[in-house]
Amino acid sequence: MTIYIDNKPYEAKPGKNLLEACLELGLNLPYFCWHPALGSVGACRQCAVKVFKDEDDKTGRLVMGCMEPVRDNLRLSLEDPGAKAFREQVIGWLMTNHPHDCAVCDEGGSCHLQDMTVMTGHTYRNYRFSKRTYENQDLGPFLNHEMNRCIQCYRCVRFYKDYAGGKDLNVFAAHNHVYFGRCESGRLESEFSGNLAEVCPTGVFTDKTLKSHYTRKWDMTWAPSVCQGCSLGCNTSAGERYGSLRQIANRYNGEVNGYFLCDRGRYGYEFVNSDQRILQPAFRPHSNGTVNKEHVLDQVAARLKNGRTIGIGSPRASLESNFALKMLVGEDNFYLGMSDSDHDLTSLALKILRDGPVRTPSLQEAGEADAVFILGEDLTNTAPMLALAVRQAVRRKPEADAMGQIHLAEWQDAAVREAVQEDRGPLFIFNTLPTKLDELAEAVQRGAPEQLARLGFAVAQQLGADIAPITGLTPEETALAGKIAAALLAAERPLIIGGYGSGCDHMMKAAANVAWALRQKGRNPLLSLTLPEVNSLGLEMLGGHRLDTAIDVLRQGEADTVIVLENDLYRRADEHLIDEFFLHAQEVILIDHLYNRTAEKATVLLPAGTFAEADGTVVNNEGRAQRYYQVYVPKGDVQESWRWCLQIAEGAQVQSLHGLHNLDDIDWALTTGMPSLASLQHLAPHADFRINGQRIPREPHRYSGRTAMQANVNVSEPKPAEDDDTPLSFTMEGYRGEPPAPLIPFFWSPGWNSVQSVNKYQQEIGGHLHGGDPGVRLLEPHVNGGAPFFHEAPDTFVPIPGHVHIMPVYHIFGSEELSMYTPGIAKHAADFCCLYLNPDDLAQWNITPGNWVTVETDHHTCRLVATANHWMPRGLAGVNAGLPQSPVVDLPVLAKMQA
Amino acid sequence: MFSLLRSMWLVFLHMFHKRETYQYPEEKAPLPARWRGRIALTRDPDGGERCVGCYLCAAACPVDCISLQAAEAPDGRRYPGFFRINFSRCIFCGFCEEACPTYAIQLLPDFEMAEYDRQNLVYEKEDLLINSQGKYPGYNYYRVAGMAIAGKDKGEARHEEPPVNVRSLLP
Ligand code: SF4
Ligand code: SF4
Ligand code: SF4
Ligand code: SF4
Ligand code: FES
Repeated sequence: MTIYIDNKPYEAKPGKNLLEACLELGLNLPYFCWHPALGSVGACRQCAVKVFKDEDDKTGRLVMGCMEPVRDNLRLSLEDPGAKAFREQVIGWLMTNHPHDCAVCDEGGSCHLQDMTVMTGHTYRNYRFSKRTYENQDLGPFLNHEMNRCIQCYRCVRFYKDYAGGKDLNVFAAHNHVYFGRCESGRLESEFSGNLAEVCPTGVFTDKTLKSHYTRKWDMTWAPSVCQGCSLGCNTSAGERYGSLRQIANRYNGEVNGYFLCDRGRYGYEFVNSDQRILQPAFRPHSNGTVNKEHVLDQVAARLKNGRTIGIGSPRASLESNFALKMLVGEDNFYLGMSDSDHDLTSLALKILRDGPVRTPSLQEAGEADAVFILGEDLTNTAPMLALAVRQAVRRKPEADAMGQIHLAEWQDAAVREAVQEDRGPLFIFNTLPTKLDELAEAVQRGAPEQLARLGFAVAQQLGADIAPITGLTPEETALAGKIAAALLAAERPLIIGGYGSGCDHMMKAAANVAWALRQKGRNPLLSLTLPEVNSLGLEMLGGHRLDTAIDVLRQGEADTVIVLENDLYRRADEHLIDEFFLHAQEVILIDHLYNRTAEKATVLLPAGTFAEADGTVVNNEGRAQRYYQVYVPKGDVQESWRWCLQIAEGAQVQSLHGLHNLDDIDWALTTGMPSLASLQHLAPHADFRINGQRIPREPHRYSGRTAMQANVNVSEPKPAEDDDTPLSFTMEGYRGEPPAPLIPFFWSPGWNSVQSVNKYQQEIGGHLHGGDPGVRLLEPHVNGGAPFFHEAPDTFVPIPGHVHIMPVYHIFGSEELSMYTPGIAKHAADFCCLYLNPDDLAQWNITPGNWVTVETDHHTCRLVATANHWMPRGLAGVNAGLPQSPVVDLPVLAKMQA
Repeated sequence: MFSLLRSMWLVFLHMFHKRETYQYPEEKAPLPARWRGRIALTRDPDGGERCVGCYLCAAACPVDCISLQAAEAPDGRRYPGFFRINFSRCIFCGFCEEACPTYAIQLLPDFEMAEYDRQNLVYEKEDLLINSQGKYPGYNYYRVAGMAIAGKDKGEARHEEPPVNVRSLLP
């Protein structure tokens, strides 16, 4: 399709609006209310262009670019004096009440309103009368509110309510007094509230954690990073100043997180700045002062040569670090540092995804599904961004219907929502406890995980899966199974979601069976499985022994030295087991970044870099390997865990790691050693990559203070650090054009200082980044392999007298280890030591809610506070999983209970 | 020959002209108020620190010799937690003063900053903050800005209406 912009012909894609078309062509057209993920409403009148009837039409008419579809041979003008004057006028009006705040506004320097004001040329305020003002609200620990700065574009409520399903942000009052906030001060309840800081084009909503150590965007050292909060691996940009991490911003990835992040991901970074950080190597329990790094390395290497050493890996450490440790201790001595139940679930997931015939979708594909079936997952808490994708997926079917009927374009947001009303596509949820997505579901089923898994098997059977018949279902259950099967069959892109959330492997098997059965029927289903941690799948792909066997090995004296990699073992198994583990280990060498309970037991501490101080690769639940880059040079002797392993290996003369020094070396060893990971070679440019002979700078060109920031220490500036591992530089010098997608440290484009500049990096608005989105998929379905169905459905759940089955209950705030170091997250974490029980069970056991009960697992007791929860089936109990110091760790578990 | 003598004569006559040379340091040159010399951080008419830690001066500085950290006081005012200028790098261009939206940073008519040790040219906030409004008396940023601080609530800045009652739908 050809359109003429200012009399020049351009190619445009059909189905877009003029604003999108112009932005895609790299032209600058200002806008506010349109958002690439939210569509158009035509509210702000900022994107006006002139459209002409034909070549001879010299008058034209003003239209809103975001509301006008692209048509063949359409003639429009951005430069038309009338259109320009109109746009300048509009911003003049928007600015009448705008406060004189830029100097004290956290949006400044990355403000879309500033950018658009400059772009339209409205440089002087004409309005000389008094300004409207508002009171602000306290919105909790994550967002700052400054309502005076609002330009009434309605983006915030459109994102918060329409897109993310939030309830407690609204628009109040009327006419030129409209107010965007809550009905009273209080924490914003949505798990996606942090995105308001990026969605709002002004400084009304800004990142409160950034404010506590405020730095302008231009002053931060940035690097492309990957969220460490859960298994989805959303892409982030991490910014540093003066040696501390200041902000996590969204890094657009068309296949993964798109424009948004969840609050755990955005705010869970503060552990990097924690005063619990290990910064120097140390011998424990008594080492006087700091010890010399070389000396420690010698000692550790000597220990490695003499002793029998085992290594414990970690799902929160990179592939490189785990691999280096595995090679250092020898393949047979490497243990995966996951709890046994996590290990079982992760290896099952890998088996399903690798051997099964069904593709696992990216987050983006998940959002495009038109029917969703969730088995045993409270997605908002176990894989938050997947919950956001499901919220979009349920709109697909009615949207497609509406668009088909009344010929609307997808970006016509208000009109499409009007047509769709409350219609929703099929969504079915099986979960023991209520979830936030229930409100969208066509049917919700509660019960014990085994019970729900049985029903899942029944759905698979209805779909023709070759499995043993499921008996003993109630007629309603059979009907529900039939209904789900029919809805999934009718859908074009059904999505089945399972995972670790219920702790029940049968749930994952049921999900796989359903997906495979659909596939057998010739449908094109997608199967998404959530996993416990950021690199769970990567670690499982590397392979190693179970953690409980490590305890046996130590107990039997077959090993006496342990190297623990970025892992707090007290989170992996119950306390008495880990205590015993350390009792038998003569030397415990811990490579980690935070001083935790495991560090207290270590005899040698080696300070590891966090994601912000290290380069590494992690594999998300989709099997997508993604690279995160070091943001800044850390304090002390902190360095990547894999580098510690390489340096120890050098002293201990480990042949398999001989001669390896930097990231490319270790990745070379990793990919040659593990053919299944060979495609990692193409993950990102190597360290010698240059554009015009230049590196990619981590710092924006306006980075300030270089000759003053360290002048208090020494007036002569130190030489900037060199980066041997990546093509990024730690300075502001380097190539100023657009870097390749995996290496984009931050989004910026001339005239576009805010995140909105991402438009300039995309092949198509809302599509892939130039050159393809970063990350490589390591798993593809075994398309011709048939469906290796799981034949055995679990038995019906029956309570065992005197016992309770304890299942994990995950929370977005609290269940993840590192994010709990963020005070705002810790403040809103789930309740500690809380045992959820059915009220009837409580009555039967004679327990008053709120009293302590004793549960005994594996001959060890712990005490928990009984809490009534009428969703818990009888005989089943739940504890909030993953909280620090949690007494029961390896869940699910069968426990004896005493009042 | 003649031109030589003429030049000598002219030079000789200069002995009776008014002297342009100052006998510095005994005698000081009168510097204009806008002389771009030593940099100071000034205070507003109420004695509060003017600098709000907006980082604009640092960004404007062509030699990047200003570094600071913004902070917020309990009363809502923003201020620089630290503010450092490395005068061994400063070229006294005055860009920082031009960039400053609060008239906080000002170049003063004073150039007597010589040091034997370069390290002494690193000035911290204690060395920069003066007890004066400098060249721009009467300006107080918070009286025009919309942010509320202790003693100036919403709607109390210049040209501001009282805060909107968001529960009202009246026109
Ligand atoms: S929202 Fe933007 S334009 Fe408004 S005060 Fe903040 S930085 Fe300035
Ligand atoms: S608060 Fe921000 S996003 Fe919401 S209407 Fe105002 S300017 Fe737009
Ligand atoms: S969904 Fe997971 S990966 Fe994405 S931002 Fe949240 S915690 Fe991080
Ligand atoms: S420009 Fe002015 S207000 Fe801003 S940081 Fe510099 S001195 Fe402070
Ligand atoms: S962006 Fe087109 S009217 Fe707001």
